Amino acid sequence: MTINATIIGQLLGFLVLVWFTWKFIWPPLLGAIEERQKKIAAGLAAADRGQKDLEEAKARAGDAMREARERAMQLVDQAQKRGNELIDEAKQTAVAEGERLVSAARAEVSTESARARDALRRDVAALALAGAGKVLGREVDAKAHADLLDQLAAELERG
Amino acid sequence: MAGSSADYIPHHLTHLKVGEGFWTLHVDTLFMTALLGVTFLWIFGAAARKATVGVPGRFQAFIELVVEFVDGQIKEVFHGDRSFLAPLALTIFVMVILMNTMDLIPIDLPGMIAGLAGAHYWRVLPSADLNTTFALSLTVFVLVIFYSIKAKGAGGYAHELFTAPFGANPALWIPNFILNLVELAAKPVSLAMRLFGNMYAGELVFMLIALLGFAWAGALADGSIFGFALGFLGQILMTAAWAIFHVLIILLQGFIFMVLTIVYISMAHEHH
Repeated sequence: MTINATIIGQLLGFLVLVWFTWKFIWPPLLGAIEERQKKIAAGLAAADRGQKDLEEAKARAGDAMREARERAMQLVDQAQKRGNELIDEAKQTAVAEGERLVSAARAEVSTESARARDALRRDVAALALAGAGKVLGREVDAKAHADLLDQLAAELERG
Repeated sequence: MAGSSADYIPHHLTHLKVGEGFWTLHVDTLFMTALLGVTFLWIFGAAARKATVGVPGRFQAFIELVVEFVDGQIKEVFHGDRSFLAPLALTIFVMVILMNTMDLIPIDLPGMIAGLAGAHYWRVLPSADLNTTFALSLTVFVLVIFYSIKAKGAGGYAHELFTAPFGANPALWIPNFILNLVELAAKPVSLAMRLFGNMYAGELVFMLIALLGFAWAGALADGSIFGFALGFLGQILMTAAWAIFHVLIILLQGFIFMVLTIVYISMAHEHH
């Protein structure tokens, strides 16, 4: 419990310890700690930035998707409209063509029937002449009875 | 080993000495301090040498924990350049804890080992030696004066010593100065005496518990099995209980010494 020269030794020893710690132990340890703190802070900031970038990218992707969907729907609508138009056009063309075919057929039928009527008339005239000749017992002179024949033919035509 | 219970405690409180009068050296104190100092430098030096910015290992993480703890304590109180004060505080903190921890070594073991080397006395606890505690606190005292002069200038500090706290009236210079001297001196004395007192008392309690050894040895010699068992178990239980409680004191004293060092130097550093 006495103070003696030991204190000198203890003082010197303590000063050496403090000096050594000051010069060689504290700076690298705290340097490493602070450097790591900076690194961690930078890492966290980078992670935050990455998160934000990701969210932005997601939003952009969503926009693009929505746009694409709208565009696709537009295209489908257009295609449907175009298809309907095509069908309408085709129908009209078909109707017109049918009508044309029908009217052509009608015209042909009326031509044919006129021609048949002519032929029939002619045949009837010939048969009438031949019948009259037989009734009269002689050849009817076509030239002499041309007026009569013509009249007959006209009547047949009318009748 | 002392022969009887009457000799036991005085024997364990005697240093291994060299020299006469003031020029006496406590060989045990000096040796243990040097050993612990080298241990401290070795442990922290190894961590400092291997310190990397990357993921720290368990050892490095532990050392960095201590470093950051000390640095944080200073940051709270001291608002100046910490590049010297922080390593000083770390040295005080770790060294006081290491020295105090010597108290947990079974009390007769160091003496027995020293006895093998031919020494009759060996006090293993350097912080229960006033020379050690005053060496630490006087260093702090010198630094307090150094920081005061650095912050206020030699003239400013002298002015403060004579005019604070009562005022600049010449009649009050002497009372001011005496009061400031007492305040100044109280710092190293309280630092040193607190640590010394705590550790000395802790050591003494271990010795008192160890006296039970004489009791149960005596009981065994008398053939009292009950007395032997009671003394034997009592010594084990009480030593364990006191050691566990003492761990708190060991750490607390290191912490208090460090924090008061920081506080005293911060007070010196502040402008009034």
